[in-house]
Amino acid sequence: MIEPAGPKQGEETDEIVKKVKFKVLRFDPSTTPSPRVDSFEVPVKKGTTVLDALHYIKENLDGSLAWRFSCRMGVCGSCGMFINGFPRLACNTQVLELESDVIDLKPLPNFDTIRDLVPDLSVLFEKHRSVRPFTLRKDMAELDNPSGEFFQTTEELERYLQFAYCIKCGLCMAACPTVATDRRYLGPQSLTQAHRYNVDSRDEGRTERKDIALGPHGAFSCHFAGACSEACPKGVDPAFAIQLMKRDAFKGSLGLLRKQKASAVAPKLTSAKRLEGVPEAPKRTV
Amino acid sequence: MRTRESTLWTWHLIAGAVILVLLGIHMFIMHLGDFFGTVNGDVLAFSSVMERSKDAAFAVIYVLLLGAALYHGLYGLRTIIFELNISERAERVVSTLIVLAGVALFLIGAYGTIAVYGARAGV
Repeated sequence: MIEPAGPKQGEETDEIVKKVKFKVLRFDPSTTPSPRVDSFEVPVKKGTTVLDALHYIKENLDGSLAWRFSCRMGVCGSCGMFINGFPRLACNTQVLELESDVIDLKPLPNFDTIRDLVPDLSVLFEKHRSVRPFTLRKDMAELDNPSGEFFQTTEELERYLQFAYCIKCGLCMAACPTVATDRRYLGPQSLTQAHRYNVDSRDEGRTERKDIALGPHGAFSCHFAGACSEACPKGVDPAFAIQLMKRDAFKGSLGLLRKQKASAVAPKLTSAKRLEGVPEAPKRTV
Repeated sequence: MRTRESTLWTWHLIAGAVILVLLGIHMFIMHLGDFFGTVNGDVLAFSSVMERSKDAAFAVIYVLLLGAALYHGLYGLRTIIFELNISERAERVVSTLIVLAGVALFLIGAYGTIAVYGARAGV
């Protein structure tokens, strides 16, 4: 069979498809008090991402351009920016898919800007920390020195799994209209993580999280615009998490919410036999 | 999982549901009763209003509707004001003023409704 000439579908080629103008908002508070817009022409190939284009600009056109990135594959959540009026990950956004000859790049809204396209995400992390996003149990000794795994069914896992995919990129916070007006509002990221741990069968810290998550600037401030879920690059659906949290709060107010009891350590298998060829698990290292 | 805010919000939802039912009754009588043939005559005429005010059920419905609408509306107003980045002290002042305004408006409205009912029904 003769292979067809040219690249296969989805394959990256060296062929330049077109030149795209990038209009980048520049801001360096240490040198200039007000921001400006710089334009750069970037040759774009099939598969070129906005992050690739930024690398091209830095290497060939302006070495002073600043942005934040790390993994280049939509995992670390570092390269969030405002691309053509919508918060997206630069590494996850292909230039040709934007179907525009001009691309506007700005730092994420609802955050202060450190420099150029680098947002100050410290507010995000402070709010995230405030909801205590980790397993809280009464038997903390078991957490500190585990004797086994906590029991959890598949159904219990599915109650929080989707919300555990959050990469803390801040796109949902940048998209949220309530965060834009109410700076004290916890925002979709933190509230989703509060719900993620509240519904985890291994956790019993719901009471410890309620004062902040269900406070005056907590879940009830959500207008359910849904912009957070639209912006989320991992399909976490924070708007859904907040509505579920509200539902639990409603039940809790009426005394209809079941008391939270963390799952116990799963019993060790005593009678099971290892199948032939299956190696023994390695010894614990921590 | 109960906080002061979650209790207030739950009452906000309950008040919304109450409004839906009571306002539905109000709208049905005032604007659709003629259409369905359940009410005869001009429901908005002064004599009709006076006639209805003799009915204890109407007095109860309107006092409940007044309370639910005031609570629902003022809680919403408080939420909007809280989103304006005001200080915690200002939030407390706003909450107090809204409670005072709500109670005052409810007392005035409820007094009017009950007083008219009492006068018309001869209670």
